Amino acid sequence: MPLTINGTDHDFIGDPRTTLLDYLRDECGLTGTKKGCDHGQCGACTVLVNGQRINSCLTLAVMHEDDQVTTIEGLGTASNLHPLQAAFVRHDGYQCGYCTPGQICSAKAMIDEAANGWPSFVTADLFEPVKLTTDEIRERMSGNLCRCGAYSNIVDAVTEILETKR
Amino acid sequence: MRAFTYSRAAAVAHACQQTRDGARLIAGGTNLLDLMKLEIEVPEVVIDINRLDLANIAQSGAGLRIGSLVTNSACAAHPRVRGHYPVLSRAILAGATFQLRNKATTGGNLCQRTRCYYFYNRDQACNKRDPGSGCSALEGANRIHAILGASEDCIATYPGDMAVALAALNADVEVTAPDGSVRSIPVREFHRLPGDTPDRDNVLEPGDVITAVTLPAPVGGTQIYRKVRDRASYAFALVSIACVLKMDEGRIASAALAFGGLAHKPWHDSDMDELLTGKAPSDTLFEAVADLLLDGACSYGQNDFKIGMTRRVLKAVLREATGMQA
Amino acid sequence: MTRSYIMDEPDERNRLDAMAQGVIGRPLDRPEGPLKTSGTATYAAEYRMNGRIEGVLVTATIAKGEVTVLDESSVRDFPGVIAVISDDRMTARAAQGGAGKSPVRKVREVRYYGQPIALVVAETFEQARHAAKALRIEYREDAAALVDAQDDAIAFEQFEEPIIQGDLDKALNEAAHTVDVTYTTEGHNSAAMEPHASIADWDGKILTLHSSLQMLRFNRKELADALGIDPEQVRLVSPYVGGGFGSKLGISPEGVAAAVAAIRLKRPVRVVMLRQQVFQCVMRRSETRQRVRLAADAQGRLNGFGHEAWVTNLPGEEFAEPVLQASEFLYAGENRVLDLQLGRIHRVTAGSVRAPGEAVGMQVLEAAMDELAEAIGIDPVELRLRNIPEKHPSEGTPYSSRKLEECLRRGAERFGWDASPRKPCLRREDEWWVGTGMATATRVHNLNEAYARVTLRSDGTAEVASDMTDIGTGTYAILGQIAGEMLGLDPAVVTVRLGDTRFPPGSGSGGSWGACSTGSAVLEACEGVRAALAAKLGCEEAALKLKDGHAFSGADKVALSDLLGGVDVVQLGHFKPGKITEAFSAAMYGAFFAEVGVNAYSGEVRLRRFTGAFSLGRVLNAKTATSQCMGGMVWGIGSALTEGLTFDPRDGHIVNPDFAEYHIPVNLDVPHLDVLLVEERDPAGSPLQAKGVGELGICGAAGAIANAVYNASGVRVRSFPITPDKVLVGLPEI
Repeated sequence: MPLTINGTDHDFIGDPRTTLLDYLRDECGLTGTKKGCDHGQCGACTVLVNGQRINSCLTLAVMHEDDQVTTIEGLGTASNLHPLQAAFVRHDGYQCGYCTPGQICSAKAMIDEAANGWPSFVTADLFEPVKLTTDEIRERMSGNLCRCGAYSNIVDAVTEILETKR
Repeated sequence: MRAFTYSRAAAVAHACQQTRDGARLIAGGTNLLDLMKLEIEVPEVVIDINRLDLANIAQSGAGLRIGSLVTNSACAAHPRVRGHYPVLSRAILAGATFQLRNKATTGGNLCQRTRCYYFYNRDQACNKRDPGSGCSALEGANRIHAILGASEDCIATYPGDMAVALAALNADVEVTAPDGSVRSIPVREFHRLPGDTPDRDNVLEPGDVITAVTLPAPVGGTQIYRKVRDRASYAFALVSIACVLKMDEGRIASAALAFGGLAHKPWHDSDMDELLTGKAPSDTLFEAVADLLLDGACSYGQNDFKIGMTRRVLKAVLREATGMQA
Repeated sequence: MTRSYIMDEPDERNRLDAMAQGVIGRPLDRPEGPLKTSGTATYAAEYRMNGRIEGVLVTATIAKGEVTVLDESSVRDFPGVIAVISDDRMTARAAQGGAGKSPVRKVREVRYYGQPIALVVAETFEQARHAAKALRIEYREDAAALVDAQDDAIAFEQFEEPIIQGDLDKALNEAAHTVDVTYTTEGHNSAAMEPHASIADWDGKILTLHSSLQMLRFNRKELADALGIDPEQVRLVSPYVGGGFGSKLGISPEGVAAAVAAIRLKRPVRVVMLRQQVFQCVMRRSETRQRVRLAADAQGRLNGFGHEAWVTNLPGEEFAEPVLQASEFLYAGENRVLDLQLGRIHRVTAGSVRAPGEAVGMQVLEAAMDELAEAIGIDPVELRLRNIPEKHPSEGTPYSSRKLEECLRRGAERFGWDASPRKPCLRREDEWWVGTGMATATRVHNLNEAYARVTLRSDGTAEVASDMTDIGTGTYAILGQIAGEMLGLDPAVVTVRLGDTRFPPGSGSGGSWGACSTGSAVLEACEGVRAALAAKLGCEEAALKLKDGHAFSGADKVALSDLLGGVDVVQLGHFKPGKITEAFSAAMYGAFFAEVGVNAYSGEVRLRRFTGAFSLGRVLNAKTATSQCMGGMVWGIGSALTEGLTFDPRDGHIVNPDFAEYHIPVNLDVPHLDVLLVEERDPAGSPLQAKGVGELGICGAAGAIANAVYNASGVRVRSFPITPDKVLVGLPEI
């Protein structure tokens, strides 16, 4: 069953029980995507599927025929970081690093969602173009838990990228 | 997770037949896979319906037809939903996270199962999961449990937000049966009270497939979804209220209220709506509405607070909806 | 040759400030940042090994009793199942921090719900998880197990000799102002984002365990003891740890089970705890009940101070949440009662969770202090300032550097604290009551023995190696900066290698001692390297200036690579705390200032502003130190508002063993965190003049929030967490 991961063609064959998360980590060797809870409660497994962020623990690999999957490894490399990755380093938007790939994938998708005008729980006016204020960032990043407590720095890192874009 | 065979539904009729024969349908999977990993759900056959053509939002008469595979994200962000049914957008956005809403679907969310602690622990007695085994929550940890419409067999709550707004909006659930017939079930009647068969969450019959949710013509007015929870985001409701209310020359022209976190279903009582209608807003009126809601409430110790909380938050919602000061 | 430094007295040499490189303290990025942000830092479960198979723990579903049947045949024919192991070497609990020996091993004797009793091994994870669920088990159940911390039948016993000085009752009777209040806190879980995970590989002689652990030199002995092999036969690898917070101080059941299975099956075995198991069978912070009695004169000077606490643990465990640790030294009061009582119940092991003791003790003490300030009618900041003792109130020892007053004053200034008379329910913004609160922060300073090896390579680069861990704390960054400062190198050319028992044994990460202990071993090693360079140059070590890869002696300047002449300098450094630990009362200090909104209808609390001013000795890296403080403050938010383990009153199982229902703060719960580091050198803290950082930010934080809730709404909630249901009952009518 074909699918594309970080621009590379893959062919999933195997136990249909395999979650997309376990497939990425154990069969594709893409361990940047983390398993924190396996139940959609922490966001460490966040990846982009066809550009949208999802919890890869709550979806089966077999359901993703012909999908385009982007993981943290697809955004940048240690020697050539994506701007968001570099901003997380500068702002110390992580500590233990385990939730970090999910945070960064999530931030990437968040910026696109906002550009598409998707409102959030804290959006005051459902029709105004979305402005990613700090409260908007906080709400939109609330699906990614960080036990080390790097939230304040994560918001700063994302804000810096948004300001660079403006 | 128990092993299962996986296949894709080629058509709605196929999905109907399969589910009638005991298969479980998977759409977003955000609730089903959660439960399958815990072996609370142990289907032998899983039918993926994601490739059915049910992901459209379209005009339907004066109302709106939301396909059952429309994701929560797409529904909440849809211009017509935002514009005419903002309570629905607000309710959806109050639930879960962007990641989950990007997968969770309209139909799947209606079928979301309870978050009762004991339902989630396979090694504890639970009549919903294992009929006849007992209800551990009655004498156990029941802070998040029901105060309305519960039974001695089950005090679990329906955990969702979207359906609470749909109940206030008086939406219908469009269901296709294995014989191809299509029927419409008011959302207000879709979920059940537990009674002595709490294993049944809703009125779907074997073989039924939800194909859409239809919204009536826009009613306008002030639309509010208020959710009280234990942290600022990403938590289930302790109490939530959906309110669709229209004022006319200082009086309430129409009102519809629905409640989450209180019962085995989104709670709606048309007597409350009628009590409000035609009246000038006042705290006395709001107290009377709260009395109507809560006079029959029954709590179980740790959830006693829900009665007072609901009363206060209802007052806040009605004051806001009628333009009274906070 | 090993260079040893036994710290018996304050180290006034202040070596780091005498160096020339100028990198110590600077807010440098973590060197491992690019790996962590690109997903290429490798955590325990992520090592690929040929033939690796998967184990899933099976856990008990009764509180106390015995496994009478463990029916292997019930799953033997399941696809992929390789073995069911329930072996005497397996451990039923996690080891307490620093145990150095195996925890309780009798897995078939059930002592708490959730206890590991077996391991199911299969070819794939899904096969193993399913078989673990299906395994047929029968028990003989003891009916009378105490599981409820509220049960009157629990016989509490004094955990240690109480501190009783003077006559507290008399002081209370005669005082101008008193407070006598009882608070409770719920159990907590460390809930690190990376679940406990291990891959074991046995080559017939050496057992290699890739695992997520905090203190390898202890964990090695714990695992060896459990397996009945020599510690030399155990290698632990743990270069990246996805959070620990106490829960990975000791070897945990999945690591031992993986090792037992690998030895038996002769294949690499991976065991990763399910998230629910992390809650059910590692460690909890005990719930606490705390009574605080304070007696003050008309000016607010304490002459009576009582703090008693009741906590629980499993029978046989030697740990009791040290609730009163800070109460021993923080405030004055010559008439004192400090008494910690431990009760035995059958719930998962209680152990260290970030800042054991102060995390819950300080939040209660600081809430009680707020009540006292209100009773006296003085500014709560002023109350703290008036009660900073001259010397340790019980032991009479001097304090090491203590900048509590500066933290209180500067924090107040930074926050814009209003010192005028305080009354609740004065400020309303729409639906929200708005108010402020403050609290003192303190946490005892701990040190531990450590070794580290420093190699100055002939090419002018350096390597630091220790089995010390970096659990998100910034170890990689700060050890590189210490070595860089001492050796005159850009930290970018200093490679720090951690988390492998092949390296010299470090202190491990725990008790906030990692940076000071292992860092001091690195300092000592660097002094040895410097001595070797000085000898080559023919100068005194103290006169040797090293900067940017060059050595300077008088007017001479020589590149290190030239000076070394192709030969590396290798030095092992050893640090050991000696008499210093008894000579001073050493602690970190700070102050929290919080502004909250309390919803007038629902009782929901939202934190709006949060400032922390901290003094923690020398700051080794301002960026990572700030982050550590922030992290602690987030934990304070959780402890104040959202976190609590809920136990079933009948069988003691945790009913909320996951992230959906155990509510750690999410991003939206956390405002911008304003951290002020108050500059300090503490020569009694460590040869680095530094003290611990990792836990201070939580110690008292929840008290500031609770006090702000009161100031905003007039509701004094004396049971943490302050959830809306508890606020609601005291709110003004609407």
